[in-house]
Amino acid sequence: MTTQYLLGNEAIARGCLEAPVHFVTGYPGTPSSDVIDILRSHPERDYYIEWSVNEKVALENALAAAWCGQRALCTMKHVGLNVAADPLMTSAYTGVTGGLVIMSADDPFAHSSQNEQDSRCYALFARVPCLDPATIQEAHDMARDAFSLSEEFSLPVIFRPTTRICHSKGDTSLGFPPVSPRKGEFHKNPQQYVVIPAHTRILHKKLNQKQPLIKKALVGKGYNQAAVRGRVAVVASGIAASYVQEILPEDVSFMKIGAYPIDEEWLAQFVQKHEKVLVIEELHPVVEEAVRQVAGSVPVHGKKDGKVPFEGELSTIAVAGIMQECGITPLRTFPDSVPAGDLPARPPILCAGCMHRPVFYSMRKIFKEGIFPSDIGCYTLGLQLGAVDTTICMGASITVGSGISHSGEEHDIVATIGDSTFLHTGIPGLLNAVYNSAKMILVILDNRITAMTGHQPNPATGETACGIPMPPVSLESLCRACGVVYVETVDPYDLVSLQAALKNAREQPGVKVIIARQPCVITARRAGIRRGRFQVEPNTCTECGICIKFGCPALEKAGEKAYINDLCSGCGVCAQICPSGAIGKEVKR
Amino acid sequence: MSRSYDILLVGIGGQGIILASNILGEACLIEGRSVRGAETHGMAQRGGSVEGHIRIDGNFGPLIAPGTADLMIAFDMLEALRYSHFLAPGGHMVINSHFVIPTSVFMQGATAPSKEEILERLGRDRNPCLVDADTLAEEAGSPLSQNVVMIGAASWFMPFAPGSLSGAVERLVPKKTVEINRKAFDLGRAAGKACREGSRDA
Repeated sequence: MTTQYLLGNEAIARGCLEAPVHFVTGYPGTPSSDVIDILRSHPERDYYIEWSVNEKVALENALAAAWCGQRALCTMKHVGLNVAADPLMTSAYTGVTGGLVIMSADDPFAHSSQNEQDSRCYALFARVPCLDPATIQEAHDMARDAFSLSEEFSLPVIFRPTTRICHSKGDTSLGFPPVSPRKGEFHKNPQQYVVIPAHTRILHKKLNQKQPLIKKALVGKGYNQAAVRGRVAVVASGIAASYVQEILPEDVSFMKIGAYPIDEEWLAQFVQKHEKVLVIEELHPVVEEAVRQVAGSVPVHGKKDGKVPFEGELSTIAVAGIMQECGITPLRTFPDSVPAGDLPARPPILCAGCMHRPVFYSMRKIFKEGIFPSDIGCYTLGLQLGAVDTTICMGASITVGSGISHSGEEHDIVATIGDSTFLHTGIPGLLNAVYNSAKMILVILDNRITAMTGHQPNPATGETACGIPMPPVSLESLCRACGVVYVETVDPYDLVSLQAALKNAREQPGVKVIIARQPCVITARRAGIRRGRFQVEPNTCTECGICIKFGCPALEKAGEKAYINDLCSGCGVCAQICPSGAIGKEVKR
Repeated sequence: MSRSYDILLVGIGGQGIILASNILGEACLIEGRSVRGAETHGMAQRGGSVEGHIRIDGNFGPLIAPGTADLMIAFDMLEALRYSHFLAPGGHMVINSHFVIPTSVFMQGATAPSKEEILERLGRDRNPCLVDADTLAEEAGSPLSQNVVMIGAASWFMPFAPGSLSGAVERLVPKKTVEINRKAFDLGRAAGKACREGSRDA
């Protein structure tokens, strides 16, 4: 046993090694991505591992391995579970032989997400067990034990950490990964694996029969626990339980929910012993709904009476305020503290030399009245450059573009999507748009990597998750196979070619695709690509400010003149934008 | 219930805040103490404002409540001001005396305060400890060692035995850079000494 200071996702990866896991799939998404990144770079890897093209594909692969008796892990962020929902719902019917753990990381406060949905609802919907850790240590232990829980009930288990688990750290006690290889074997059993109506009706009944046993087991295993200490009780789940425990007075009862489904009988016994119960949890009132169902005449405070917010994330200070408002005096109260106002914002921005920036710049220049549906990735930051008008979910730039086109809207539609997002769920939308004669331009922002989530490889990269070289998929061929006639590939650092391609595309009928290809500036730097820096000749600079508006963090003002700082990566686009030729390659003095 | 010693690290994505936070966590392990931390990953890494929370002797959640931090280590002066409300009355500040002007100043015409204004708003009577981390890091041998310079300077305000922090630095920095970072820590610690002597509770 050793103790290490670990990131939640490191502790989770370590728990999976200790299980041990045999088969790993997933699609990157903050805050879940580090788990596979850690497992794929593990020096003594003896398990199968892949970055899949999307979450549905990932879950189906993992499910098959679990049917073959292997312990399988499938990771994604909460919205990824929407994509994987189809196999999820029926995998509860078929069940598994080897343990199947679906890690779906939730993001209260939407730190880096498009919504604040709650994966626990999916677990209740699919009727599979769900584990909800409150600490890094618990995340490690739950990840390790989830596989045997899955095998005990022959059901997939949803493991649901939140951002403040995945990206928090703590001292963590670790065990040793055992050596326990399992070769997969598929045993034919159509009654289980072929869900025709006659089979599925029986499987559904079996799934329902498992529920009471699961509820009892989750209490028995200590995931759900309670201590009666007074006449008032606080019930909390996930990381909110840690916030409560920091300030909980000794004479207040406490119930901690770490797993679902909750045993109602056990819950009712606890609730009935109290004069008042406060339920504190993030996102959907999952625990609160269960408490209210058994509370009878015991007053319950929570989200439904407005005491706990439905949105955002909690914290110790937020929980202290809630407890005070509900007449439960917390151990500590906190001072009022006002942030220094009136400071210039420092939001995340596209990197200096990012290939997306010249594309957005050119789109704005050529399509002054254009409509710009976009997608999920670093390039969503193109919002700051006025070149992102819609973002909803993975792959929706193309489908929203075609929908706007068919609605009768007459302005030019120029959609943008990254290479990884295009391969994730973009292809069916493109096929559909072409076949149904939409009129739009699609720019594939092809930086050869899944950049935003930390540079995971995808089929356009030419390397697998394990670093094995593979021929990269041809995006040009894919687009042509979808029926696109106008497919042009350009270097986005070459403004003349890029803008010529955009202008040409406008004159063509139907769906046109421009592939703007240039490696992500971060991966290029890591690969050793060095371009000379650029500089402004102050005597030639006319202080027009055009280069500054380009928005590159390497461009700033020194007095009124433009100045290029040492973030410059040498893309040279600003030199092409400058109307007076004041920007050129740096001359070493 | 013993109270934790809470440290807020603030700066800009890419300045080495995660390594700095790992060094503080490792120092806790060296002394056999519990620790909790939280950091900014993902979207906010792209040059955005970032914060790291470290709770030495922490046993519960990782987040420090505003108005309660015992120490703030700021890698950028402007970010020091942005997060200064996290400090408890009497909390210490160790601040890099430089700041990067946010792109929003050039793009949207927002105004950036001057160093003087920042110091005024932080409150001179609160004795912010200013450290020229850029210059000291250069002197140590690499501009990348700024984060270790800052930890060295702040080491006077942390409840660690002196050897625990320098030991943690040596364990965690890349092998090739141990010498540079050892020097960076020492230069930072020397720079911070004057602040410690000047502070109220010295």
